[in-house]
Amino acid sequence: MTASVTPAPKPAARPPMLARFTTQLTVDRRARQNVYFVILALVLLVVFPLFFDIFRLNLVGKYLTYGFVALGLVMCWGQAGILSLGQGVFFGLGGYCMAMFLKLEASDVKSTSIQSTPGIPDFMDWNQLTSLPTFWIPFKSLFCTLVAIPLVPGLLALVLGLAMFKRRVGGVYFAIITQAVAAILSILIIGQQGYTGGVNGITDLKTLEGWDIRTDTAKYVLYFVNVGLLLGAAAVAFSIDRSKLGRILVAIRDREERVLFTGYDVASMKTFAFVLASVYAAIGGAMFTLQVGFMSPSFVGIVPSIEMVIAAAVGGRTSLFGAIYGTLLVNFAKTYFSESFPELWLFVIGSLFMGVVLVLPNGLAGVDLRKAVLTMIVRFSRRGTSRRRNAPPAPVVVGPVPEAPDGHGSKGAEALHS
Amino acid sequence: MTEGIRTESILEIEGVSVSFDGFKALDDLSLSIERDEIRAVIGPNGAGKTTLLDIITGRTPPTSGRVRFKEIELTGLREYQIVRKGIGRKFQTPSVHESLTVFENLEMSYPDARTWWSAWRFGRTREVIETVENIAETIYLKDRLHDRAEALGHGQKQWLEIGALLIQRPSLLLLDEPVAGMSVRDREKTAELLNALGKGRAVVVVEHDMEFVKQIAHQVSVLHQGRLLAEGPMESIQKDPRVIEVYLGH
Repeated sequence: MTASVTPAPKPAARPPMLARFTTQLTVDRRARQNVYFVILALVLLVVFPLFFDIFRLNLVGKYLTYGFVALGLVMCWGQAGILSLGQGVFFGLGGYCMAMFLKLEASDVKSTSIQSTPGIPDFMDWNQLTSLPTFWIPFKSLFCTLVAIPLVPGLLALVLGLAMFKRRVGGVYFAIITQAVAAILSILIIGQQGYTGGVNGITDLKTLEGWDIRTDTAKYVLYFVNVGLLLGAAAVAFSIDRSKLGRILVAIRDREERVLFTGYDVASMKTFAFVLASVYAAIGGAMFTLQVGFMSPSFVGIVPSIEMVIAAAVGGRTSLFGAIYGTLLVNFAKTYFSESFPELWLFVIGSLFMGVVLVLPNGLAGVDLRKAVLTMIVRFSRRGTSRRRNAPPAPVVVGPVPEAPDGHGSKGAEALHS
Repeated sequence: MTEGIRTESILEIEGVSVSFDGFKALDDLSLSIERDEIRAVIGPNGAGKTTLLDIITGRTPPTSGRVRFKEIELTGLREYQIVRKGIGRKFQTPSVHESLTVFENLEMSYPDARTWWSAWRFGRTREVIETVENIAETIYLKDRLHDRAEALGHGQKQWLEIGALLIQRPSLLLLDEPVAGMSVRDREKTAELLNALGKGRAVVVVEHDMEFVKQIAHQVSVLHQGRLLAEGPMESIQKDPRVIEVYLGH
């Protein structure tokens, strides 16, 4: 469906400029991506802030922090074919780094004067710790914290990636090991209450260098910072996607051996994709802490990690746009169901995942709206007539003209396979 | 060994054995390939032909013996390192990147920008474009440059894979059944292609098609049950009673 000639229904009626532009969109994937990108930016920067109050907007901001994870999963799983079931680990590590800094700032000597050891976080005091553990000390500095947020998860991913990919551990085995890491980290955090805040997580976060992050103004600012970072992350992902590196990653997914015998160090390339995904997740985690005001092990373990994968799958694991819209959609659904029918949510997300895998392998982004509608019409009309059942399907015009009438899903359509 | 003078060899396989759970796929095999020759390796199914290529390219480690390429010991190197030393391998089934265009397939094989950073920064310079176009001409795909590989015919995919090797300027090409499933016309064109490769490049072809072997091979090595059964020019191989018995006769 690449270089198809535009069906061009009524070219004469259109101004030539517009006609040329739409024709270009049908053939040029890059131009199409740029349009989708602008639409995404408009939706996040203009539409949402205009239509949602600060409570809802803050909620969207929270969902968008998972968008970072989804972007990473598209690069790592969708493009390079490496399924990680442990993205919660990196999300959590990024989030904890941020939370540790904020917690230390909230635990100054004055406000913790009733503790037996003032100046350390409250949960440490409850657990009879009398001084700040050494690994907490760097988080007194904002600079060190900002460095640690991508660095700590990135290094963990680097070590895991090299250890496994150099030994040719891949596919299901890799997924299982990452899942085990997620289980280990959440158990570790819960078990070491005095050092990590345990199952409650790190709570009561107040200010960032004296700036109160709980006010409405702060929430607006953080929302826009979050969107800015997300668009930046998406832009980086696009630049990779369009480069030779992006083609190598997809080639590794489809024909790993050929890439290896072309002289590429496949293990390093895979490690790169995995590290990139982990750094993205970590940035998301840090923004989560800032916007939601706490971090806890419930965002680290196996269940949240799998939910992140499902969100990416629903949106479309090979589409950078699809992943972001999918994350929004799945998390909206999660909020709705957990409020109205809390016991149903796990069943809903489970069936959603199965449904997507069975019916839409490329997620919502894989739906070609025009084709789907035409196919439906053809089927419907056939049911009424007495034509043979196995008559060849009517030729369906595969129109690559992007149509994005609604906010979800269709924008990513065609973003990938063309 | 009909040729009197042995020119310098580019690949030396010395006493290589491979066993999989006791089954000996290769049994004390020694083979030497010269710098400019086209060598055909033939033999019945299970003779160890593909295993031989696996050994050279580092896909399977030998149980014993050694492989030397231009005086460099290859055993112990990883596949991609061996490729970078100048050995290209074509697989038995066409193995090209279907969703990429012919141009992108060749570009990906262009021997530059092999780390993630340089691959990200890699740009299509004039040199890259010219090299890709030259290779496309050689493999008869000049007018298909911007078609996706999945749209190519079977034979064209095989050529594309050969082209992807050629662009790396390897000094040793290993081709596993390059003409399997090809039409007669395409076979001839493939033979032309290989014969035109010229000096400074050795080619090892694993092949079943005797007509094709006759057209291209300078020397033929016959494998049987992991051992070297006979070696020499095609005419003498065809007359060898042992070869006739195990392979050609049936």
